[in-house]
Amino acid sequence: MNGQERLIYMANQIARNLGAMQHDHAVAAVADHIRMFWDPRMKAKVFADGAGLSPIAAAAIEMLKQGVDPGHQTRATEFNAVDETGGSDAG
Amino acid sequence: MGYERQPDFGTPASSSEEQVTLTIDGRPVTVPAGTTVMRAAAEIGTAIPKLCATDSLKQFGSCRLCLVEIDGARGTPASCTTPVAPGMTVHTQTPRLQKLRKGVMELYISDHPLDCLTCAANGDCELQDQAGAVGLRDVRYGYQGANHLGQAKDRSNPYFDFESSKCIVCSRCVRACEEVQGTFALTIQGRGFGSKVSAGTADDDFLSSECVSCGACVQACPTATLSEKSLIEIGTPERSVVTTCAYCGVGCTFRAEMRGEQLVRMVPWKDGKANRGHSCVKGRFAWGYAQHEERITRPMIRASIDQPWQEVSWEQAFAHAASELKRIQAKYGQRSIGGITSSRCTNEETFLVQKLIRAGFGNNNVDTCARVCHSPTGYGLKTTFGTSAGTQDFDSVEHTDVMLVIGANPTDAHPVFGSRMKKRLREGAKLIVIDPRRTDLVRSPHIEAAHHLPLRPGTNVAVLTAMAHVVVTEGLADEAFIRERCDWDEYRDWAEFVSHERNSPETLAPVTLVDPAELRAAARLYATGGNGAIYYGLGVTEHSQGSSTVMAIANLAMATGNIGRPGVGVNPLRGQNNVQGACDMGSFPHELSGYRHISDGATRALFEQDWGVDLDPEPGLRIPNMLDAAVDGSFKAIYIQGEDILQSDPDTRHVSAGLAAMECVIVQDLFLNETANYAHIFLPGSTFLEKDGTFTNAERRIQPVRKVMTPLNGYADWEVTQELARAMGLDWNYAHPGEIMDEIARLTPSFAGVNFRRLDEAGSLQWPVNEAAPQGTPTMHIDGFVRGKGKFVVTDYVPTDEKTGPRFPLLLTTGRILSHYNVGAQTRRTANTAWHPEDRLEIHPVDAEDRGLKDGEWVRLASRSGETTLRALITDRVAPGVVYTTFHHPATQANVVTTDFSDWATNCPEYKVTAVQVTPSNGPTDWQEDYEALSERSRRIAPLEAAE
Repeated sequence: MNGQERLIYMANQIARNLGAMQHDHAVAAVADHIRMFWDPRMKAKVFADGAGLSPIAAAAIEMLKQGVDPGHQTRATEFNAVDETGGSDAG
Repeated sequence: MGYERQPDFGTPASSSEEQVTLTIDGRPVTVPAGTTVMRAAAEIGTAIPKLCATDSLKQFGSCRLCLVEIDGARGTPASCTTPVAPGMTVHTQTPRLQKLRKGVMELYISDHPLDCLTCAANGDCELQDQAGAVGLRDVRYGYQGANHLGQAKDRSNPYFDFESSKCIVCSRCVRACEEVQGTFALTIQGRGFGSKVSAGTADDDFLSSECVSCGACVQACPTATLSEKSLIEIGTPERSVVTTCAYCGVGCTFRAEMRGEQLVRMVPWKDGKANRGHSCVKGRFAWGYAQHEERITRPMIRASIDQPWQEVSWEQAFAHAASELKRIQAKYGQRSIGGITSSRCTNEETFLVQKLIRAGFGNNNVDTCARVCHSPTGYGLKTTFGTSAGTQDFDSVEHTDVMLVIGANPTDAHPVFGSRMKKRLREGAKLIVIDPRRTDLVRSPHIEAAHHLPLRPGTNVAVLTAMAHVVVTEGLADEAFIRERCDWDEYRDWAEFVSHERNSPETLAPVTLVDPAELRAAARLYATGGNGAIYYGLGVTEHSQGSSTVMAIANLAMATGNIGRPGVGVNPLRGQNNVQGACDMGSFPHELSGYRHISDGATRALFEQDWGVDLDPEPGLRIPNMLDAAVDGSFKAIYIQGEDILQSDPDTRHVSAGLAAMECVIVQDLFLNETANYAHIFLPGSTFLEKDGTFTNAERRIQPVRKVMTPLNGYADWEVTQELARAMGLDWNYAHPGEIMDEIARLTPSFAGVNFRRLDEAGSLQWPVNEAAPQGTPTMHIDGFVRGKGKFVVTDYVPTDEKTGPRFPLLLTTGRILSHYNVGAQTRRTANTAWHPEDRLEIHPVDAEDRGLKDGEWVRLASRSGETTLRALITDRVAPGVVYTTFHHPATQANVVTTDFSDWATNCPEYKVTAVQVTPSNGPTDWQEDYEALSERSRRIAPLEAAE
């Protein structure tokens, strides 16, 4: 896989694993995930060329391209507030 | 501190809450019921003579030296086996006792070599001390009778000698091997005068025995019978420093016992709250790498990787590194460079590296090795519980009734905790193992798993969902717990999902290859067997569905109510010593310390104000993304502290292509590691013995690391990073790591109450440490999940895209072995190679027979990514269709074979599932030969020109 193919694969893989959610929720969750964890150049590449994206992934990318805030769809993307001690996502 | 033996109370402490008061030598003493007279006496400073008793072992009562007199009692009972009683009056020293003890000691000494002046234990020998304590002045029997003085020494073990002639057959070594380590390698052979400690093999030597060299026997020995070779060679220590081991995530506390700046030995510290006085072969003995001749102690640079290294001054190295990083940013953009923090370095060092990248490089391209190990734990537990740290402390296992171990091999990878697990299993806890291999836990002395589910690699989610199916459909779910603690609607959705016939053990059996009846029985045991605790490792996370598996584990724990009290929980067994700390310190590209997202303006403002710079609000690249971007041409330079990605990360060809595409690779390490073959600047690193700081273990326990010797390179790692930052134009002036911790505490709410003084006082603290929890937080989720209700998440089984087929019909999975640590950079440079000199490929006899393979012969291991060769180990420990190897040796390059598939949520590589073929081989592959030649070329160091 080259770099572009890998990004498409990654987006589709996220969509497949979040696909158990109801469609609109899944689209927002994929968008939320990519927004919170992907570097700008990765997003830009998929924005520029989305060939091969699954329907859910494509809708999610479109949402981000349009500047729509998907909101937090899973607790994995809800991080501690500035003065909060509670959550963590230690590896 | 100076050198003195650790206090020994003779017998273990009693945990009874009932108090008993008695009188010992006229002094009143109050102790918990169940305490022995010996320990009660020790509590008030009265040392009753003893030889077979030590407080790490159960009372034994064999040496007859610890006799006491008790008013109203007949005879002279052994104080080590006599429990205290209310109103008891004890006399520890009377003429009668003195005479009896002297007689006993005479017998011991009559068969003991009187070579005290040349003995390794001279001045640190319990037998010597007790001879003095009982007033022994002569031996009436003489020394000419039958004795054991001519016995040969066993010097087979690389780290300690066994000198049988000095043995008093107190059984402390045998009992330590049984009670503490749980290996049962030693025994007392023979009877009466013929009794002797035996390793139980034909050769009767330690190296060929089952001994795992944990050192518990050496620690327990009261004479010089079992002595460290280093002690014999160097002499007794004259000072000691308590510090924290730098190997695995257990985080054992050791006492570094020193003579000058020379390390004599590492002895497990009994007050260590993670290890409770135990150790493994790595932490106890494998520290020789610190002084290894291959350590690089001077900085080096070169223009390209085909040139030899050129030694330069530190000033030249820093200036050159800063100049290159700035040049590349000017040419390719601010986000064209990044770095990797080290989970082997201290919290303070890790914090500085990520600060350098965010504040100095001006981007968030920082990642850490958790990317390739437990990042799915972060995603999975955060989604379900709201916080992802392990829910229990290690002591919790003492209250566990059922252990479910999935994708973990703790007796090899986390051996000290593995021993604690085995101890609890010997006490009667039940065990379920889900693993494609028959790990040692499945069946070992006095331990047998109730259920071993040898699943097909890659089907963790299917197996766990099938277990959930059993729990729900058989009415075993803890509905009261779920209603109180979890989101009920989400539970119902999940319960409906798992209850579907497609998720039954029977339907999934063709996928998982697990016997449905066995799976049902395992699920019933976990749900109904009392306190159920799940322990898991990288066999869970390093899959394309690693995050889903973690969520499936959390679902199962919540559904059965196994969260929020001692003995239960979800316990990720973390790999490296400070992987927890590295994550806490903000090593991931999307978040600052304390798990606050970089896009949060208030968080950024806090750091921007403290650091005096603007921060990039966008997440940076993860390690695999950095390599992809390097190949694509947008990522051009990297600063790697203490990480060997060329050997440890998957798909070696892709990693090497990424590194080769960069214009500046800066490696900071102890040795010229494999990654350094592609480096342009090498900054020598320092060992954990050469610096101050803290590590945070798998329990969230922040523990002090203390400098015991001067760094060979002249700088601790944090000082190197600071100098590089200064060269980049940052005004950093930390004088001591304690100042860095003060900054961490100032900026990180969960560390708000942490400082070096408090750590010195408490020994260790488990975060969060703040106003609400000034003494730290040992257990999570007691009254409720940290963030609201527990969430059940539907985890659809999505098969990996790595498929077996006619060309690659077997599945390869990889792992670690006891004697080595990860890429082996440290342990390969110690005598641990005696146990594991090379990586071997485990293959089932049927698969070997089909391919005409013979045990010990070379085989070719090929996948879609690449191929390598190594020798075969034919064993039914692996199931048919599955092969297994370790990745400790660069000559094998096991990761040439692994693929770049990864976890869907975190990009954690799918190390555990690679479709492969195995065929006979005559020797190394072209890749191995080419790589060896490259390594040889790349490690050349140009001779220094003579000064004029």
